[in-house]
Amino acid sequence: MIEVKHIIKQYPDKRALDDVSATFNAHETAVILGPSGSGKSTLLRTLNLLERPTSGTLALNDLTINFEAPIAKKEIFNFRQSFGMVFQEKALFAHLTVLKNIIEGPVQVKKEPIAVATKKAQALLERFGMAELAERYPSELSVGQQQRVAIMRALAMQPEYLLLDEPTSALDPELEAQVLHVLKELATQRTSMIVVTHNLGFARQVADHIIFIENGQIGYDGSAEGFFSATDNRIQQFLNAMNF
Amino acid sequence: MTQFIQIAIQYLPSLLMAALTYTLPLTAISFILGLIFAILTALIRISKLPSEPIARLIMIILKAVAAFYVWLFRSTPMIVQLFIVFYGLPNAHINFFANAWVSAITVFSLNTGAYASESVRAAILSVPKVQKEAAESLGMTNRQVYWRVVLPQAARISIPPLSNSLISLLKDTSLASVITIVEMFYLSQQIAAENYKILSMYVLVAMVYALLTTILTVGQHYLERYTSRFTI
Repeated sequence: MIEVKHIIKQYPDKRALDDVSATFNAHETAVILGPSGSGKSTLLRTLNLLERPTSGTLALNDLTINFEAPIAKKEIFNFRQSFGMVFQEKALFAHLTVLKNIIEGPVQVKKEPIAVATKKAQALLERFGMAELAERYPSELSVGQQQRVAIMRALAMQPEYLLLDEPTSALDPELEAQVLHVLKELATQRTSMIVVTHNLGFARQVADHIIFIENGQIGYDGSAEGFFSATDNRIQQFLNAMNF
Repeated sequence: MTQFIQIAIQYLPSLLMAALTYTLPLTAISFILGLIFAILTALIRISKLPSEPIARLIMIILKAVAAFYVWLFRSTPMIVQLFIVFYGLPNAHINFFANAWVSAITVFSLNTGAYASESVRAAILSVPKVQKEAAESLGMTNRQVYWRVVLPQAARISIPPLSNSLISLLKDTSLASVITIVEMFYLSQQIAAENYKILSMYVLVAMVYALLTTILTVGQHYLERYTSRFTI
């Protein structure tokens, strides 16, 4: 379980997160929704310490980080290994083949033997129907294929939680459908996922838990059913604005 | 023209031998060392200041040294640097530099490093931030992030400016003649002084330099084409 408490992220000109507290359970798909610039990605990036909030605490199982105290580098590296992250786009290592992208983390960070990591990566590629692309470079893949490889790279680390930051926002509808298909499959297998997205259809289909965030504050934190049937004016307004 | 061809046939082998034994080794050794200086200088200049006081002080000093080094070598002519190192320092009893090869390689590599550090710095900064974040999110250490993800991609980006530095260096090795190294240009001077075919000899040596730089330019072209797939 991940628990964030009283998180504040203050930029010189803006408060991106304003006293945010939330809990993310294992084996469920949590979706973070909200207008652009609301603080969704900042919250997600806080979970694997790509963002360092001004104050608040972050707890994962029995590890707790207090953002007002110094954080040892080793603690950061250990913490990050519990998470796999998929970015919006262009995050595959451009100079490495698909296979090498997938084994880079296990070999370099987890010190797995190359043969073992390769075997696991090949199994992942088979599972996602991309085995024939193993020796291609990211530039030789479609954007949808790149995102699926990014998901495999994250999964290869066998993380406790998979974090996805608007993974389909750079894709056209056809490619988006391919990536969403993979995410739905992962959700079915009860992979612990936290997804920032604008895709309400996807959220409705796979989310167990929805957090709606606006102006750095949580406006809704509860079940997906509860969110889509909410009578709250602001949520209704948001759903209407998204043509949902 | 016939006379030029005769001179070329007679002296081209000697010039090519001088290129192989002096010009090219001087260029290669100085460029490799220069690249090391360039990468170290660029990494120091883009590093953030640590919060720990002693590490912060050390980094401030390193940044000042790196900035001074780049300024010094970019603001003075290479021939003056060669004179200071080869003639000046031994005169101050720093005899290590009395060896012309040591002096030449020192000056050429430091000079190349100073100029190339700006190219490397710009290339590192132009690697998309998300590449670094993706590496960090895998749990990589800062060293791994740089050596395994950022620098290989910066290397691709810096191929054109570094190729320019290499070509300039190849031509600049002719300055080694002023500190007694009988490299290709110095050899052509000696031959011209003996046979009085001054124009022919200097045109011939210019043609050899042009041939070598053309080979490097073609190499750059293929390297750029090969690495073009390492981009998203």
